[in-house]
Amino acid sequence: MGLLSLAIWMPIAFGAALLAFGREEHAKGVRWVALVGAIVSFLVTVPLFTRFQNGTAAMQFVEKTSWISRFNVNYHIGLDGLSLWMVLLTSFITVVVVISAWEVITERVNQYMGAFLILSGFMIGVFSALDGILFYVFFEATLIPMYLIIGIWGGPNKIYAAFKFFLYTLLGSLLMLVALIFLYNKSGGSFDILAWHKLPLGSTAQTFLFFAFFAAFAVKVPMWPVHTWLPDVHVEAPTGGSAVLAAIMLKLGAYGFLRFSMPIAPDASHEWAWLMIALSLIAVIYVGLVALVQQDMKKLVAYSSVAHMGFVTLGFFIFNELGVSGGIVQMIAHGFVSGAMFLGIGVLYDRVHSRQIADYGGVVNTMPKFAAFALLFAMANCGLPGTAGFVGEWMVILGAVKANFWIGLGAATALIFGAAYTLWMYKRVYLGPVGNDHVKELSDINAREFLMLSLLAIAVLWMGLYPKPFTDAMDASVTELLRHVAVSKLPS
Amino acid sequence: MIDKLSWVTIYPEIVLLVMACIIALVDLSDTSPRRTRTYVLTLLTLLVVAVLTGMAAIDGKTSYGFGGMVVSDSMGNWLKCFSTIALMVTLIYGRPYAADREMLRGGELFTVSMFALLGMFVMISGSNFLLIYLGLELLTLSSYALVALRRDNAVASEAAMKYFVLGAMASGFLLYGLSMMYGATGSLDLNEVFKAISTGKVNHQVLVFGLVFIVAGLAFKVGAAPFHMWVPDVYQGAPTAVTLLIGAAPELAAFGIIIRLLVDGLQPLAIDWQQMLAVLAIASLLIGNLAAIAQSNLKRMLAYSTISQMGFMLLGLVAGSDLSGTQNAQAAYSASMFYIVTYVLTTLASFGIILLLAREGFESEEITDLAGLNQRSPLYAGVMAIAMFSLAGLPPLVGFYAKLAVLQALIASGQAIYIGLAVFAVMMSLVGAFYYLRVVKVMYFDAPVTATTVSASFDVRTVLMINGALILILGVLPGGLMTLCYDAIAATLAH
Repeated sequence: MGLLSLAIWMPIAFGAALLAFGREEHAKGVRWVALVGAIVSFLVTVPLFTRFQNGTAAMQFVEKTSWISRFNVNYHIGLDGLSLWMVLLTSFITVVVVISAWEVITERVNQYMGAFLILSGFMIGVFSALDGILFYVFFEATLIPMYLIIGIWGGPNKIYAAFKFFLYTLLGSLLMLVALIFLYNKSGGSFDILAWHKLPLGSTAQTFLFFAFFAAFAVKVPMWPVHTWLPDVHVEAPTGGSAVLAAIMLKLGAYGFLRFSMPIAPDASHEWAWLMIALSLIAVIYVGLVALVQQDMKKLVAYSSVAHMGFVTLGFFIFNELGVSGGIVQMIAHGFVSGAMFLGIGVLYDRVHSRQIADYGGVVNTMPKFAAFALLFAMANCGLPGTAGFVGEWMVILGAVKANFWIGLGAATALIFGAAYTLWMYKRVYLGPVGNDHVKELSDINAREFLMLSLLAIAVLWMGLYPKPFTDAMDASVTELLRHVAVSKLPS
Repeated sequence: MIDKLSWVTIYPEIVLLVMACIIALVDLSDTSPRRTRTYVLTLLTLLVVAVLTGMAAIDGKTSYGFGGMVVSDSMGNWLKCFSTIALMVTLIYGRPYAADREMLRGGELFTVSMFALLGMFVMISGSNFLLIYLGLELLTLSSYALVALRRDNAVASEAAMKYFVLGAMASGFLLYGLSMMYGATGSLDLNEVFKAISTGKVNHQVLVFGLVFIVAGLAFKVGAAPFHMWVPDVYQGAPTAVTLLIGAAPELAAFGIIIRLLVDGLQPLAIDWQQMLAVLAIASLLIGNLAAIAQSNLKRMLAYSTISQMGFMLLGLVAGSDLSGTQNAQAAYSASMFYIVTYVLTTLASFGIILLLAREGFESEEITDLAGLNQRSPLYAGVMAIAMFSLAGLPPLVGFYAKLAVLQALIASGQAIYIGLAVFAVMMSLVGAFYYLRVVKVMYFDAPVTATTVSASFDVRTVLMINGALILILGVLPGGLMTLCYDAIAATLAH
């Protein structure tokens, strides 16, 4: 079994073991097994980075064995510069999420931890899959654990949220399935994604494929106007669920655009780029304004996620190197930052059991250490230089200005709105005099929470101060992708 | 015409018939309430039959007996093998339930269900209109008796009555259609009929007229809309053990005769029956899925879900009939076979859980009766969840590959209308996902109404676990079963 396979199956094996053998009454042991599982799974992915060859667009760590021979489906996995960091991000966030749930989750601990570990394996599978059906299987399979996570450990309106999440995202994926089978037939019986990249396709077929993939990925990202499920789900999901959803699951959609829509249907992508850019700008500007008026912290961060993911899709569809790399960097940065924001809200929620901004005020007086972390993440969320949030946004805006000044200008306004809603929330929650008795009784973060937030803080600063390893790894793949997308596939 | 080879083709049937009679006699002296002796003997017989048919299936030879009346081929033997196993599983799941409700008093449950199985066998291996019809009647008559097994129960009696009246009408349709075919072609033998129609000298109008009745009769039997009216009432009204009995194995047999009659015998009329099946499929997907949403009774919901699943299965047949290249056509038919086999596997698991939860004097039929099952018994909740997700067509469970294969068959034709059909089918399965999810929701998210843990005897627990695991294992490695179905269909259509 290769390294990449190990990265996929290790967390799944641990998760399955927890489900099968973990007992309700042994919560303590279960937590430790889950932590060991998450750390081991993370350590398995580290060599993927250290052994990764920069400067080539070729797939690395490739494994290929026949899986369903009747349909020529292969267990075909590999990594390139577009997917490498997503895998590392996933395994890293999983460790953080396991730590975050430590004392917070008290019922059905084995099922909670098991679901997250299995989910982690599935998501790594999505980022590694080079076979259409394998991709689809992992992509869809993520719905099952997430549905259970929201529905079992979620808030008061969790059932509505769980159904909304499931059915919304399933709708998109099912259309993608039709597209995958269509490509299988067009290519003469192959599910090989890389082979599909070379397939000549007529303009009708490309348009059909583009919108079928759009249905799947735009819902997942989520782009305006199909983003409405996200705030609802975030509000109801447990802290860990929100963190994973924002940090990784949304990236499955963005990644899909890079791996499927753009290279398989380049002409349609160019033709419909105006639509993608328009929707992205609406997400950036309009949803940013919507975030400004939120009363619920989680809803605010959820809308801010939609706006930030708008940057990602905007970067992709301006088709230049800065934009695409910026989009990918933004994906990773948003993974760290939004994960941290949701975990921070979780810290407060565990103590006060409220997410309303109005219920807080002056938290810095009682929780100084925590407020310092929160400030760092808030700064990263508004894209302050030196933090992860800056690099991606800056690259995308630069790319956008290169392509068209007005698009760049529109995108840049997001920095203002981003700063406005984030800082205003920070002011109302943390600064000022102590707001009420609840806040007065708050105790500062314990060692576990400190550890969890430190891990994310290191990641945010590292990426902000020294983004080179991130961009170096993806450069060759981005160049190759753009070179590929620039060539028309229409049969002449 | 009756030579030594003829008998070889019907060994399993002979074993089944003889043993059913013997078991009926043995049962006279077995007076224990749970009928352990009868039960064990029945299972042993079924095991032998399953092995016999399985070996014949692996052997893969096609042979005719009794002057072409009976055919023994790969597809038929696999279907027989699977239906035998399905019946074994049904009896294992159903015995505690039946014993609690005094349905084992005369041991008829075992003997009559063996006769029902014999009926399926005859249907599957009939290569002659008459024989197919005889088998069908043996199956349905046994089913009527089984549904009415709790004769003191008003609901069950009503279900039996509905089943009988509508079933008799369906049989009448089928018989009428078959006789039209006989009138037009002058033969009851499928191969002769095929030849006669291929010549193109037979009056097409008469053929199509007969065909309409045959398709309507078959649609009744599989429960495709708009001939589905009996399905919800009978599923709900029959004792759950019997619901499983008529809902699982017979679907395989029904698939068998559809292939024999329509694909094998009436292939030259494909263009005509294809349109009818397409309409049936669309109606089934629409009515089944939409009506299932509104159900609060679990058995009734599963009945509507069956209707929608049959619609999906029919799409494979529709696609197959339109593909000129034989290889693609075989792929399409085998997709349908894969669909039906995996559907039966999943149905067994879901009804197995319902049977398990039904206690003395309590039926556990409402969806809300599953509330909090995860807290009471994570294992059984897991099996049920796997079954529901599989029926919804979610990977990595086997139901996904069933849908994938059918969609692939549809899209392989390359015609826009079929791609449209595929999109329609996936939209309908999105609707379906809603009510399957609701079952999972009730089990995992709702608080339990009762604190009693669920207990099951060793045999039931083991089989249920294997059943659930198979749905998952075949979901991870579906290749073997897919190839099996493909080879079986290819062998059957080749001659």
